[in-house]
Amino acid sequence: MKKYNYLKPQTLEEALSFLSQYGDRAKLIAGATDALVMTRQKKISPDVFISLRCVPALDYIESNGMLKIGALVTHRTIEESKTIRKSFPLLAEASGVLGSVQIRNVATIGGNLCTASPSAETAPPLLVYEAEVRLVSQRGERRLPIESFFLGPGENALDRDEILREILLPFPPPHSVGTYLKLGRRKSMDLAVVNVAVLLSFNLDTGICERARIALGAVAPTPIRAKGAERVLEGKSLDESIIRKAGEHAREECTPITDIRGSADYRREMVGVLVEKGIRHSMKVFKKI
Amino acid sequence: MKQTIYFKLNGDPIQIDVEPHLTLLHVLREELELTGTKEGCGMGECGACTVLVNGKAVNACLFPILEAEGTSITTIEGLADVAGNLHPLQRAFIEHGAVQCGFCTPGMILSAKALIDENPNPTEEEIRKAISGNLCRCTGYIQIIQAIKEASKNS
Repeated sequence: MKKYNYLKPQTLEEALSFLSQYGDRAKLIAGATDALVMTRQKKISPDVFISLRCVPALDYIESNGMLKIGALVTHRTIEESKTIRKSFPLLAEASGVLGSVQIRNVATIGGNLCTASPSAETAPPLLVYEAEVRLVSQRGERRLPIESFFLGPGENALDRDEILREILLPFPPPHSVGTYLKLGRRKSMDLAVVNVAVLLSFNLDTGICERARIALGAVAPTPIRAKGAERVLEGKSLDESIIRKAGEHAREECTPITDIRGSADYRREMVGVLVEKGIRHSMKVFKKI
Repeated sequence: MKQTIYFKLNGDPIQIDVEPHLTLLHVLREELELTGTKEGCGMGECGACTVLVNGKAVNACLFPILEAEGTSITTIEGLADVAGNLHPLQRAFIEHGAVQCGFCTPGMILSAKALIDENPNPTEEEIRKAISGNLCRCTGYIQIIQAIKEASKNS
């Protein structure tokens, strides 16, 4: 294997300085669980790895007005965080089914987003929570809605000199309920064949679904929101025929491909099944509130 | 261009010069001659290379060696005590027939240790989740789970 160099900046500024120094020859890493595998498979061949693991400024979970998660927070931390399990349970669940314990102990939410796989585990929850990402470079900072961060399979919106530093999540409306469903071939250690997040906000008195957010993973070039399915639900009192109509819309909104994990037809069918299942489960949870 | 790193290995401080591109797995096996940790897939999928870093289970095949700086690392060689008495997990694995070819065993035991150290009384479901990153081609996992259950009672 190529004898790459390995740099460990201690601050964000140092990391940005290395990034501008080495440009295309460098690869930013955190947990490195995707990057090292890609290197061994010869999909990438950097001369230099710039590791962000020792940048403490990127490892935090803060809650003031919004939830702010530093890019270096591991999935294990997210899975176990009381704050996230309470207020953003779909994210805690998604992080908790990613890979294995060994992977989750080092792999980070920032890395999951930057690898930008269409089946990225944390993407559907972050989409339904309408998260934003904060990107930083020596030129300054910018914020993007999470939807705009994914450009294609494996392609993110970072400029060459940018680092993803933070994920911001607004607190959902009170009495929001949701479900995260991952369809895989195994109970663990697998990429999603289809993954779905559903987040519904009901009016406590009328029981009407006032807000619906539905996100689909692994069935399009990027993780996507199923906005047509959302519109079917919003403003309505949900019954079986509406739920089935939402599932139908979701099927039409996705563009799955056939690959080693499943056929396009199967994935499309399962999108409908999982969206309906997610809605029904969320309604059950709401009834218990 | 080698770099010097310092960390704790099985309780003892260690200083070693390493090339920056190496993984913890390579350094453990090839430079420190601790061959208890195995390479199964080299991709973080099988868990045969599991070691504990600051008490947490990680895949050594994906752990860049320079990240070991300042950490406390436990390999399977560090489980028996100084007198050579086996750790309760090791005894339980032997007694329950949880070892056949033995290739997954070091990683499996360390994943179990990480679990029990954090959660002394795990349910079967929690045990299964904790070892879900460790593949075994021989046993079918039942004896492994029983061994971990018993060891957690004796720890």
